Amino acid sequence: MILGRSESRHQATTLIGRLFATTSGKVGAIVTLIVLLVAIFADVLAPYDPLSPIGPSLSPPTREHLMGTDALGRDLLSGVIHGARTSMVIALSVGAVAMVIGVLVGGISGYAGGRLDDILMRFTEIVQVLPRFFLAILAVAFFGPGLLTLILVLGLTSWVILARVIRAEVLSLRAREFVDSALTQGARGSRVLFREILPNAIPVGIIYLALLLAFIILIEASLGFLGLGDPNAISWGFLAGQAQQFLRVAWWLSVFPGLAITATVLGLNLLGDGLTDALGRR
Amino acid sequence: MNAGYVARRLLQLLPSIAGIVLVAFLLLQMAPGDPILALAGESGDAEYYAFMREKFGLDDSMPEQLARFASNAIRGDLGVSYTQGRPALTIIGERLGATLLLAGSALVISTIVGVLAGVIAARYAGGVRDAAITTVTLSLYAAPVFWIGQLALLFFALRLGWFPTNGMTSPSPPDTAFGQFLDLLHHLALPALVLASQQVASVSRLTRIGLVEELSTDHVRTARAKGLRESTVVWRHALRRALGPVFTVIGARIGYLFSGAVVVEIVFGWPGIGRLMLSAVQTRDGPILLGIFLLVSTAVVVANLITDLAYGTVDPRIRYR
Repeated sequence: MILGRSESRHQATTLIGRLFATTSGKVGAIVTLIVLLVAIFADVLAPYDPLSPIGPSLSPPTREHLMGTDALGRDLLSGVIHGARTSMVIALSVGAVAMVIGVLVGGISGYAGGRLDDILMRFTEIVQVLPRFFLAILAVAFFGPGLLTLILVLGLTSWVILARVIRAEVLSLRAREFVDSALTQGARGSRVLFREILPNAIPVGIIYLALLLAFIILIEASLGFLGLGDPNAISWGFLAGQAQQFLRVAWWLSVFPGLAITATVLGLNLLGDGLTDALGRR
Repeated sequence: MNAGYVARRLLQLLPSIAGIVLVAFLLLQMAPGDPILALAGESGDAEYYAFMREKFGLDDSMPEQLARFASNAIRGDLGVSYTQGRPALTIIGERLGATLLLAGSALVISTIVGVLAGVIAARYAGGVRDAAITTVTLSLYAAPVFWIGQLALLFFALRLGWFPTNGMTSPSPPDTAFGQFLDLLHHLALPALVLASQQVASVSRLTRIGLVEELSTDHVRTARAKGLRESTVVWRHALRRALGPVFTVIGARIGYLFSGAVVVEIVFGWPGIGRLMLSAVQTRDGPILLGIFLLVSTAVVVANLITDLAYGTVDPRIRYR
């Protein structure tokens, strides 16, 4: 069942239609889209350079500085806008790494079955119990903080849930008619898996990808808060971490970065819920 | 539950523990430069380097090193902390109590509050209360725990002055043991509630799903038909059977509680392993970092096993072969 182009476009439009039919799907999709746009156009949208001291020190929100300024007089709104980019770059990169591994492990495991399935699933269980957050701290301590370290350590430990749902989906798709017909027409196993089964299994993975991205943003924010994030980028967690020592005198330094994280994570979670409904998997 | 099943589940621990030790070993080996730098920091003296080199056999072949590392790790002997000059496990042990108190309190609070919220949501499913509970718990779930901590500090500690802002005890603690206990509770309340807030969502959601399903079953209909009060039906009959999933996820929640505790400890100056770990990152104190990682990983694995086994004793419908 290889869908024609117009047919798959039709499927995509109805999916978006169904996504927007639910409140959570609508809110989630809009919030996520806004954060993505802010991340892409951060340079244009930010009123000031987030690293230059341009205003008074520790100014509360004013007309010139809508979210106030930090101890060095840097504009917080500009920092929060650039933080969206850092969050999205890390979350999407980790998501991509996790998706590739998850689809490969889940796809092969579900399609091959038998001994290989056992081994891969046992391996998955071992990875599942590794405490991601502590592993990330260890990696930062041993390798030094950096974008690549974060993406690798989080990506290599975050694919488990994706592998599981893809495997389950492949198992149920494998038993369907169109797979049999492809096989009887003489298609090779790997071709059937990658061309026929996986394209149909991936939509379910996307639901979990949205939830995973939300989770990664939270972990990255916590690492940034501890000062263990990417040292070359402004992140929401880092901004909130800086706010800790000024809590008594500058509430805005904590409130706005935290609000940005919460809205983004909530948006992705709602998007995941909406996709679950739209794909009819409740 | 029979002994054979327990033994088999215990055996299944081995690959997980081996995986944890292997990951720690590989991280050490892959760290840039000589592994001794990851293990013992960059500013150790020659004598300390020689001691750690010998302890972990860093001049031996790779398989020998792994064997040495694994046997050290399993005995909990990870060498001596560079900064403090004492065995890493001793130092971690001194801080562990504070973290366990914080995480344990949060586990209890979140389970109780989560079940209560789930029961209310299920009894009034589809109503205003249901929607309000879902909204609040989902927002708490989406908010980073350090931010909830900062907001709680801003409002309850700094503005209202109800709670202390920092630490585990007052600078001048009360004389009586009871007074000291109250002082501890006073310091514990805010961080424990903050750490718990994150987990209320999953507990209440699981309770709600289970209870809504239970409330539509025949035995509940029978109980109602007997003329029992609705509260008796919910609390005595339906809830017990609906709580199974809430118990099974406790094991998985332990891991999140530990990660959350690290962050909450920084926000509230709570003297547990989180603060120890952060200072160990700054000084690159390998034995402390590895010790905490191995300890937390093992705790998660064991907690999963215990909840698995305990589940069978809570729900009589579960039979293990």
